[in-house]
Amino acid sequence: MEALFGIVGKDFVVTASDRTSARSIVIMKHGEDKSRELNKHTLMLYTGEAGDTVQFAEYIQRNIQLYGIRNGIPLSVHATANFTRRELAESLRSRNPYHVSVLIAGTDPKTGKPELYWLDYLGAMVKMNFAAHGYASYFCMSTMDRYWKEDLSVEEAISLLKKCIAELKTRFIAQLPEFMVKVVDKNGVREIQL
Amino acid sequence: MVNLSFLDMASEPSALEVPQDCMDTFSTDAAKSFAHPNFAVPSVSNPVEWIKHQMSEAAENRIKMAKGTTTLAFKFREGIIVAVDSRATGGTYIASQSVKKVIEINPYLLGTMAGGAADCSYWERELGRRCRVYELRNKERISVAAASKLLSNMVYAYKGMGLSMGTMITGWDKTGPALFYVDSDGQRLKGDLFSVGSGSTFAYGVLDAGYRFDLSVAEAIDLGRRAIYHATFRDAASGGVVNVYHIKQGGWEFISQTDVTELHYQYADEPKPALL
Repeated sequence: MEALFGIVGKDFVVTASDRTSARSIVIMKHGEDKSRELNKHTLMLYTGEAGDTVQFAEYIQRNIQLYGIRNGIPLSVHATANFTRRELAESLRSRNPYHVSVLIAGTDPKTGKPELYWLDYLGAMVKMNFAAHGYASYFCMSTMDRYWKEDLSVEEAISLLKKCIAELKTRFIAQLPEFMVKVVDKNGVREIQL
Repeated sequence: MVNLSFLDMASEPSALEVPQDCMDTFSTDAAKSFAHPNFAVPSVSNPVEWIKHQMSEAAENRIKMAKGTTTLAFKFREGIIVAVDSRATGGTYIASQSVKKVIEINPYLLGTMAGGAADCSYWERELGRRCRVYELRNKERISVAAASKLLSNMVYAYKGMGLSMGTMITGWDKTGPALFYVDSDGQRLKGDLFSVGSGSTFAYGVLDAGYRFDLSVAEAIDLGRRAIYHATFRDAASGGVVNVYHIKQGGWEFISQTDVTELHYQYADEPKPALL
């Protein structure tokens, strides 16, 4: 029932994740942040099996940070996504695979170009202009197909995000009342209120 | 009889054996005392699938886990209230009406027990040991956040191998009152209000309706006790007595132990609160 979104704009990526943590039929928590900052210009949103998600996200986060410390240069978004994909693919073939799906959003530290990668637990990876994970994708991919265009401004991207959330509120049976919205651009990651 | 022969065949050293390079040798790697205890895992090719089968209906000598509980804890202005029931069940049989489901880890940390009683007691005792080691090494008390993460990392290492626990780790540290939910999936959540166990939905129903952050101590204690009582009324797997604890700056304090039958007649005589 969890939902993740990412929308690429002119020189930024807008991301959104629902803020509820559920266990069976009970909402255990409102206000959870389902994202980790991998380095200054890269954000990873995660969803999946309880327990696996945070363990995997923090494992990736630490390895990306270690790379930056060792080499004195931060890993690019492209390389980060490929590293994460490989970790998922190798984990899939282990005794106890991580059941985690992620979105990796960031801006290239050299060119400043915004990038968004969609990864699932099977180790599939696609670079996308807009992406969603979970049931939300059944409702909102068409909305984003219809309205997304190149070089969106932050205001336009947020307006598109609001259209997606509005659609979920009207058609999706589960309620996802709150979203945490973040913008990744050349200045780093910041949270914004809708 | 449950077949326990696998315990004899295990090649791994048991957790109870003292390791050769114990802590009093100074050359020991400091990280070692934080390493996972070495358990005898059943010597079958796939222990995860094996335990799944032993717990399924098809198994010849099925392992049944003691479950069925209501526990709750919430933060408010004067600290944290922890309230729990005391019933233990095995299937339809009430095994005990006097279980201590609040585990006193140390004078400023409490853990609650839901799911497998043995799993909760064992791992929270192990958590207590690690907290003490941390304290001796750092000359400073461990934070509740760190303590709960130690526990979640420990149980995550055994994910899928049959552990069953839903626990709340609470206490007062440098940052003030803290409350974490940790379960055997490896899930760890920080929060202001949690309820765990088969009766948790009923407890939430009363707790959410009556909760305010600025509750007085007496009101908060009463709300916690009432929420457990109402859960024991609706959930057949919860019952016995209600144990209530209050966590404040100096550490935890045991507040009361009340039989739910007594509460039933006491509450029955009280008028229902106004709705408007």
